[in-house]
Amino acid sequence: MSANTIFALSSGQPPAAIGIIRISGPRASDALQALSGFVPDERRASLAKLYDPATGDLLDTALILWFPGPNSASGEDLAEIHCHGGRAVVRALESALEAMDGLYAAEPGEFTRRAFTHGRMDLAEAEGLSDLLFAETELQRRSAIQAAGGALSRKVEDWQNTILRLSAMVEAELDFSDEDDVTPAQLSVLQSAASDLATEMKAMLDRPRAEKLREGVRVVLGGPPNSGKSTLLNALVEREAAIVSAIAGTTRDVIEVPIAIKGIPFLFIDTAGVRDDGAEEIERIGIDRARQQFDVADLILWLGPEGEGPQISNRVEIASRLDHPEYQSKSPEVLSVSPLTGTGMDALVALLVDRAKEIVPRGDEISVNKRQAEHLAEAQRNLIQISELQDYLIIAEQLRLARAALDALTGRASTEDMLDSLFGKFCIGK
Amino acid sequence: MDCDFDLIVVGGGHAGCEAAAVGARMGVRTALVSFTKDSIGAMSCNPAIGGLGKGHLVREVDAFDGLIGRAADAAAIHYRMLNLSKGAAVQGPRVQADRKLYKAAIHRMLEAQANLSIVEGEVLSLIFDGQRVSGINLADESKITASAVILATGTFLNGKLFRGEETVSGGRTGEASAVSLGQQIRDADLPIARLKTGTPPRIDGRTIDWAALPEQPSDDDGWTMSPMSSRREVPQTFCAVSRTSAATHDIIRENLDRSPLFSGAIDAQGPRYCPSIEDKIHRFADRDSHQVFLEPEGLDTNLVYPNGISTSLPADVQEAFVRTMDGLSKAEIIVPGYAVEYDHIDPRALDRSLKVRDLDGLYCAGQINGTTGYEEAAAQGLIAGIGAACSILGKDAPQLDRGTSYMAVMIDDLVLQGVTEPYRMLTARAEYRLRLRADNATTRLSPVAETIRCLGSERHAWFKERETQRMVIMKELLAIHSCDAIARQGIEVRLDGTKQSLFDWLRFPNISITALEGLGLSVANIDPGLLAEVEEDARYAPYLQRQESELRDLRANEQIGLGDDLDYTAIAGLSNEMVERLNGARPETLAAASRVRGITPAALAAILVHARRREAKNLAA
Repeated sequence: MSANTIFALSSGQPPAAIGIIRISGPRASDALQALSGFVPDERRASLAKLYDPATGDLLDTALILWFPGPNSASGEDLAEIHCHGGRAVVRALESALEAMDGLYAAEPGEFTRRAFTHGRMDLAEAEGLSDLLFAETELQRRSAIQAAGGALSRKVEDWQNTILRLSAMVEAELDFSDEDDVTPAQLSVLQSAASDLATEMKAMLDRPRAEKLREGVRVVLGGPPNSGKSTLLNALVEREAAIVSAIAGTTRDVIEVPIAIKGIPFLFIDTAGVRDDGAEEIERIGIDRARQQFDVADLILWLGPEGEGPQISNRVEIASRLDHPEYQSKSPEVLSVSPLTGTGMDALVALLVDRAKEIVPRGDEISVNKRQAEHLAEAQRNLIQISELQDYLIIAEQLRLARAALDALTGRASTEDMLDSLFGKFCIGK
Repeated sequence: MDCDFDLIVVGGGHAGCEAAAVGARMGVRTALVSFTKDSIGAMSCNPAIGGLGKGHLVREVDAFDGLIGRAADAAAIHYRMLNLSKGAAVQGPRVQADRKLYKAAIHRMLEAQANLSIVEGEVLSLIFDGQRVSGINLADESKITASAVILATGTFLNGKLFRGEETVSGGRTGEASAVSLGQQIRDADLPIARLKTGTPPRIDGRTIDWAALPEQPSDDDGWTMSPMSSRREVPQTFCAVSRTSAATHDIIRENLDRSPLFSGAIDAQGPRYCPSIEDKIHRFADRDSHQVFLEPEGLDTNLVYPNGISTSLPADVQEAFVRTMDGLSKAEIIVPGYAVEYDHIDPRALDRSLKVRDLDGLYCAGQINGTTGYEEAAAQGLIAGIGAACSILGKDAPQLDRGTSYMAVMIDDLVLQGVTEPYRMLTARAEYRLRLRADNATTRLSPVAETIRCLGSERHAWFKERETQRMVIMKELLAIHSCDAIARQGIEVRLDGTKQSLFDWLRFPNISITALEGLGLSVANIDPGLLAEVEEDARYAPYLQRQESELRDLRANEQIGLGDDLDYTAIAGLSNEMVERLNGARPETLAAASRVRGITPAALAAILVHARRREAKNLAA
């Protein structure tokens, strides 16, 4: 019945020991096939290496399960991936799934709805759903009383009104141009208004995401094996969170440590040392993961030879192990620290806090979360295209899609609103 | 004398005629009951048929072999394609129709229709058999029995005319109002509300200085409202454009207190898109002139309809302000304008076949449901007629949705949202209008019409031939050609190695279907209208594609029935406002519930759960 295939993380928020990603719909088996190269026997857990179909990168080694519909939790073809529960792994798998044709990230409540649609949910679970509804309202209430939350709704409402006004201009042109009293909408005026709005939305999208406050600023420690990453991490978190040893390649997996410094949430991530030769298979997986971590890092503290780290702007060179026999000095402006003696550690913490302030949203600033950002980006894309269009019919369609995207944020019905705007603005009719 | 039919249609306006005709086409024994036979098929307001959104409705009714398109062609004295410079999806075919010719065409078609009888008489009351309507009582004490009754009584329910300080009971000028039937409907507990509409004065064309006014000639490229009309039969005339002046506005402003709209005599809501001239001048005080179209009412009448000055000011004021307008300084008013206030049924009490939800066998169509316009009425008549006939024949009524027709958009709006002003079709109401063009109504809807066997034999043969041609051209358009092949046809394209189907090549605005003839398209044998349709399909194909997943969701949710007696108050978590709206609209499906204003996705999920639980309980019991 539903032609779309949806997926979502069904277990709790990472980090956790494992993450369970469910994929429901007609393309669920295709998704398994694409990630692992096979579809396991039904209802049997199988170990599989999961690769990103686009890049061929190894994403994780995980358990996969296959439940053909209708005897599945959702009543449709259903696949489950039990992967490692770190944020990066889950996120990498989610983006690989999102990139597949016909797969969509599930809307809140969509799995539940499909389950009900196919008669796969019992009474107790049904009761849970009305709780969800209450929760939603409660959440809205809470966000409304938060200054930033209220400001966001106001901002979105502003944008909606602007789009409604533009829609009214275009619709007046389409539905009433034969009649009196409609001043023709000037294409250039429309286009520049749409592009101004798109720019404003883009600025909002470029701001730090609201989740940063919950998830923390991702600080990845990087460098070759035995460059002292774990030692530095231990010093930073002031406890033995990572296993430190003198054997190169001890940290084979990714270690994540959440900690708050001066009220700012951080997530420190220790990675396997990056080296290209001599690594056994399991360590190589660790190295792949380290590279993935660099891609999603907010900050990288690079402990390796100067200039050899990932070439990205959020890399911070650190000369660590000031007290170590193999200490390699870096340029004079690079911060040197000694985790053992504590030299330079205060300066490092100050630097981290400074940089983090640009990454987490300020308390007095509006920020959007990932879900909101998706809808906003959709609206923005539809608006930006208007500047290349001449056909009023298509401009109206772009505006409709932009409205629908913002409506998805606020839950308003928009055609009637648009008509209100149309009739309020123009003297229309014979 | 008493008699028995399958279906009774009360009222011979645009809704009633289509309802009766489609019932009869589908093989149901139908009686069309009207005060007088002569008033059947009357155009009671403006002489135009079609327009933006409305032209779409005409073509859709026509795709079911309805009457309005063919009758409009038989009477058209002026053709105009509105929005010709814009995309085909918003082009609106419109004609000015000669009233007498229009009525004559309707009479001709109804008389030729098998299974259809016309009964003259005043309907006193409906006959109920419990919650089921089983016939009607006429004023001459006879009765007619039938298993379904369609009320298409227009403004005749408790209508009241206003002109200045005068008020008269009645629907149109000179006709009695169906007061007793209206009372019965009130007594039957149907939700009733009141609306108003207006009409302009009619002017004697011989007193208009036509030479002083800009002319609007008839389009000359020969298109017709219905593809079944092979050509334009009636001589073409022209319209003219006049304007109001500062003097007009002064007179109206000075006399506002004499308008029942402003004195408080009328408090019903009028349409925002068709305001009276006094409303326009009051609300948009900054404008110093309004356009007025002078539309001839027919070939052998001098009546002219000044479109744009609907008014209920006293007759002396009407005459004074009309004479301040361009070209009208010596104008004589033959019939002054007036406002009508009338009852309508809250259409949220109806289901999607326009049947009253709580009463079996009773349907309502047209202005009685709070709409305005001939085309809106005709489309509802068709839908109600099909619904009643399907129910009588024990068939499922076809399910049209917002992605397939303007008719479904209108019905959905009416039964879910209700009306706060007379409802008029606009292209802006149709989310999927890119695919709902006036020029592809046949392709969209005639297949549906065919499944319920409501196409006459002539139309059926024509449609089959057209489908054959369409298959031929669509198949030929699948052929893959390179940019070089396209360039060899003398078309300017980028030589970047692109290879794609001819259909895909048609996306480029500079490539027409006829220009591709050399690549094996048999365009010479194919109807030019069909070619234009296919070309337009190709042009907008990428945008239609984008709507596909939206439509899939819509259609999946349309399949989820909610039942019609869901107790929304029992659903935990719905706000009072949501409950109130849902109780008013009583959506039939989950998709319909999602369109009720203010219903959130989580609320929808809760509604669904509740519906499923109840279903499970009913099964267990």
